[in-house]
Order: sequence, then C-alpha cells, then structure tokens
Amino acid sequence: MAPKQKWLWCAWIALTLSLAVIATTYSFGPGRQWLLPGKTTHGHYQIELSCDACHTPWLGVAEKACQNCHAAELKAADDSHPKSKFTDPRNADRLRLVKADDCVVCHREHLPEQTRSMGITMPMDYCYHCHQQTLTDRPSHKDFGFETCATAGCHNYHDNTALYENFLLRHANEPDVTRAPQTPALNLLATLIEEGAFTPRPALTSEDPDGPASATLNAEGLSEWLGTAHAQAGVNCTDCHEQPDGPNLPKRWVDKPDHAACAVCHATEQSGFLSGKHGMRLSKNLPAMTPQQARQPMKPKAAHVELTCVSCHGAHGFNTGSAAVDACLSCHNDAHSLAYKSSGHFTLWLAEASGDAPPGSGVSCATCHMPREQTESRGQQLVHVQHNQNANLRPNEKMIRSVCLNCHGLGFSLDALADTALIGTNFIGRPSLHIESIDLALRRQMTLKKTKPETSK
Amino acid sequence: MRSKNTTPLIAALSVAAAATLILTGCNEASAAKPAGFTPQQMADGLFVVMSSDRAVYTKQVVNRLQNEEKVIKASEHWQDEKGLPLPAQMFRMGAETVAGKNPGFTYSLLSLWPINKQNAPKTEAEIAGLKFISDNKGTTNYYTEEVLGGQKYYTAVYADVAVSAACVKCHNNHDDSPKTDFALNDVMGGVVIRLPLK
Ligand code: HEC
Repeated sequence: MAPKQKWLWCAWIALTLSLAVIATTYSFGPGRQWLLPGKTTHGHYQIELSCDACHTPWLGVAEKACQNCHAAELKAADDSHPKSKFTDPRNADRLRLVKADDCVVCHREHLPEQTRSMGITMPMDYCYHCHQQTLTDRPSHKDFGFETCATAGCHNYHDNTALYENFLLRHANEPDVTRAPQTPALNLLATLIEEGAFTPRPALTSEDPDGPASATLNAEGLSEWLGTAHAQAGVNCTDCHEQPDGPNLPKRWVDKPDHAACAVCHATEQSGFLSGKHGMRLSKNLPAMTPQQARQPMKPKAAHVELTCVSCHGAHGFNTGSAAVDACLSCHNDAHSLAYKSSGHFTLWLAEASGDAPPGSGVSCATCHMPREQTESRGQQLVHVQHNQNANLRPNEKMIRSVCLNCHGLGFSLDALADTALIGTNFIGRPSLHIESIDLALRRQMTLKKTKPETSK
Repeated sequence: MRSKNTTPLIAALSVAAAATLILTGCNEASAAKPAGFTPQQMADGLFVVMSSDRAVYTKQVVNRLQNEEKVIKASEHWQDEKGLPLPAQMFRMGAETVAGKNPGFTYSLLSLWPINKQNAPKTEAEIAGLKFISDNKGTTNYYTEEVLGGQKYYTAVYADVAVSAACVKCHNNHDDSPKTDFALNDVMGGVVIRLPLK
C-alpha cells in the first residue's frame, strides 16, 4: 500500500471511531453536556441533558415536544395565536413571512445571543407582518413602533386574557385596592370524599401509628404529624410509607416516599410541581433540582437541598403556612425575596398568622406565585394550590387575573407589574410609571360615543 | 374560573362527521361507479350542514334561552360574562377546532365589513367572492379555483344574510364595525369553504 493511501485509511478509521465515540457520548454518556450546541434558555436548562425530552434521535425537534409540556397552559390562556390559525390556507402568504405554525420559529433553543425575555429569538417587531392594519384602524396607535406591541401591559402573543379591550374597559377607574385579600379555603379532603376516592375515617391519636417497629417516629415527628390534616383525616404511616415498587406490584415499607406517594391524593398538586422549575427535573427522571443549579441567587447554605415535596412541606409536619413563606425564603436570595419581609403583603401575612386578621387574609409568597385555583376535577370544584410557580410568572400580566385582581384594581396592577424597580423592592412604594392601555381604551370609547349616539353594550 | 363550553366542540364534530360521511360516500361512490361528488357538491353539502347547525344554535339555544326564556345572555365576551357565545363566534370556534383536526377542507365566516379584522377577506378569490354575493344580494353562490401556498383549492363563497333585526342592530352599533348602515336582508358577509384539489 502506498504511504499516502495508508495515511488516508488511518485517518478514515480514526475519524469513524471518534464520530462513534461522540455519538455514543451524546446519546448515553454523562459527557453529553459538552455537546450542547449553546447555552439553553432559563426555561429548559434544567432538563437540557434529557435531550430526548425535545429532540428526535436525529436531532430534529419532536413535533409534540413543545405541546407535551405547554399545551395545557396555552389552552388555559385562550391562546390568541393557536397553530390552527395559521394552517388555514388563507394565511399561506403570511405563513411564508413568519412560519408561526411552529413554536420553534419564534422560540429557538441554544441561541443565547439571540434570546430575549420569554425565550423569543425573533426580532421584536414580529407583529408587523400581520397587523399593519392596526396603524390605520387605531389612530391612537399610529406612532407606536411594532417593536413595542408586546411591551408590558399592552399585548402578549399568547395570553391576552387580562389585556383585551373590553376587559380594560370593564376594569377602568378601579381604585388601587379594591378589597382585602381573601384566599379561598382548600377543599381536597371534601372533594376526594365526594368523588368516592377516600372513605372518611376517624382522627388518629398518638396510640394509632401503624408503622413497623423499625421505623418509629421520634416525639417531635409524632407531635408534628398529630397536628396535621393527615392525622385528622385518619391518614396513617402506612398510607404514605407503604408503596409498590411498580404498577401491580405488592406494597412494601419505604422510609422516604417520593412525590409519587403524595400524588395518590395530591395528583393536581403533583402535576403542577412537576411542570414547574421545582419539579421539572423529576418529571424527566433526572436527579432532583438543587438550588446550586439555579440561575437565580440562592442561599449558599441551601445549595444542596434536593427539591421534592418534603423539601418545602417537611416530612411529617406539612405546615402549609411555613411552606408558603419560610420554605421559599430558605433558598431564594434575590432582591424581591429578600425585600418581602419589609412589604405590606408580609404585614398582612403576620396579622393572619398571629390571629389578628381572619384566615385567608395574609399575602405570602405562595399567594402570588402558587395561587389557589379552582378547577374542575372529576365533576367536583376543587380548590387547590397551583404548584407550578412558573404558571403565572412570565409575562407577568398572567398574574393579573389569578392574583392581583383579587385585591387590586387593574390600572394599579398593570402599572405595578410593569415597574421592574418596584418588583425588586417587593412592591414597597408606588408604581413610578403608568401604562396607558386603559386610557387608550377609554379615549376610543369616548370618541366612538361622540360619533355614534346610540351604542350597544 | 373561565367557563368551559362544549357546544363549539359538538358543532365542530357534527361538521367533521358530515364531512367524513360525504368523503366516505365519495370514496364508496367512486369505487362503485366512477362518478363521485364534484367539489361543488361537496362544498354545497358542507355548507348545508354548517348553516343548519348555525340556524339551530341561533334558534334553539340563543333565541330560546336569551329572548324567550330569558335565562342567559349571548355575549361577545361570553367567558368573562358567563354567557353564550355569539353564533358567529360559535361558527369560528367550530372552524378552528376543525382546522386543528386537519380534515383537509377549511372554512370561515368573512365579511367586507368585519367586526373582527381577522375576518376580512385576504385572498383575491375571497375579495371577488364576497363582492359577487353582495352584488347579487345573496341569490347566487360564488365558485372558483385558487392557488395558495403552491396548492390548488376549490373555493366556494355563500352569502350570510341579515335574517333578523338582531344581526343589523348588533353590527351597526358595534364599536368595531366599519359599517353602520346594514339593513334587514342585506348580505353581511359570507361563508368561505375551501377544498384542496389534486
Ligand atoms: C350580539 C351581537 C351580534 C349579533 C346579534 C350578530 N352578530 Fe355577527 N358578529 C358579531 C361579532 C362580535 C362578530 C365577530 C366575531 C369574531 O370574533 O369572529 C361577528 C361576526 C360576524 C361575521 C363575520 C365578519 C365580522 O364581522 O367579523 C358575519 C358575516 C356576521 N357576524 C353576520 C351576522 C349575521 C348574519 C347575524 C344575524 C343572523 C349576526 N351576525 C348577528 C356580533 C353579532
């Protein structure tokens, strides 16, 4: 063999081998993070090593990947731009300009230099392609740049449930504070009993724990458990600690039951938890999230806490009060979190805790970030805690309906949510800027009234 | 909580079911004897289903519950106001649900004077069709072929007429309506049905 040919053969073999090694590492090995094409967005970085959560084996993006995790929230937000709007052939020419029937056209991953807030990788004037008519239909908008449509308090691409014109008008001229906070009471037990999923049992006493001798609870744990809704409802040790190893397998004692055990009764809470930043790693069978991996400031001493149900709720106490504030502040170390204890919201929380104010009148971290929601569950109206802390976080107008409007007027809420400095101080003080949305809607209504003496409504 | 309404789904399903029947009928017919449904027959058939469903919803749901029994109102903001969707919204939600199932054909309710600007005509065939049915006072349907995104379509346009004073009153008074002088029996818009052609 000629030396040159030999050299070529060697190079070819080396290349093939290294490609094979790379492919294997990429698919199975711990080294796959070196193969990430670029920094992953804040929404997905936690599960970035679970490549197949989004990708097909050939590195395409699976058609249903986005839908699998985001379909429910888009539906809840009454998505203003569902895919079905764009598959209509009458929009073929628009689709040529923006392929808006595909999530990843606007939300491309692994492109840190190009990624804006909300994970958008499009130039911000994307509304231009379809909504130029607005400049003539709405004289008030004629000087607005298309890059400002999605400005805080104006419009969102997906969720406009608190921003559409009629809603603005109905909530115009509201005072800053409309009423005192009133968090609805949880009703899981009643709902489970109503559904036939739980048979009422007598409350348990210190004589009743049914765990094995090898797993007796110390006095502190025992008294914590006796104070819980679990003990009151007759939920004993084995109800949580005896779990099957898999479907259709017999149950056996487990010292540390995981979230699946809680989900037997708390399914809605679990699904929220697994969808949000606290539990999404578990949902992809990755080791639990720890504050050390967070991209936001976290308390160094909490760096290695593994986030599961009990990291916030405690193993036996399940005190929802401390889960709603203390648990959050034991890890979160950003300005907004640190300022909470100086805020008016916290004052209300203290008043409720000390019994000076009625139950449900305090405002905790959870009141806003894990609000109580009413949903239909198997025919029952279940009041549960939305455990996906991300569900109403971005864009923050998502919080208006589920949270702010429970106590505040719309105008105040829009202004406050648009004021990033005010968010930093946890709403100590007043909004320093004003969002014009309601004013524009009111002005248009006045003009129309002048031109049309008899208006409907 | 936003109210959940299954009626759009039912409407969409009945349209989809009718379409499936027509399509299956079409296949069986062509298997038995070469003559199947023409695109026009297919579109006309779909339109009959759609307009009948819409009429039933308007009469048996909206008119009965709102005007006769006065138990619930139909409202453009039906979710927030806990009312019934307007017939036009019902129609659009049905069309969007059908589109989500991708049965091949698409349809929409459009107008040269739309309240919802997304219901304005976009393609040349839509503009010509809406003008045609309006000029002909809704007596003749409009049929044509058009190419959109490289695909050829059979496009049919059917008049949507102001059959009651309610249509006229609501549209003329609506803040977003560009036309304020609709009269009874005017053509207010049209249903556009599009079938892909080979
Ligand atoms: C209570 C008010 C109301 C009544 C009554 C009403 N409409 Fe509408 N109509 C609307 C609204 C609002 C829309 C826009 C719906 C949407 O968002 O697509 C609309 C849409 C339409 C459209 C599509 C074009 C557009 O304007 O967006 C047509 C065509 C139409 N209506 C015809 C009729 C006819 C015919 C009747 C009577 C049978 C009728 N409407 C009754 C309020 C009404």
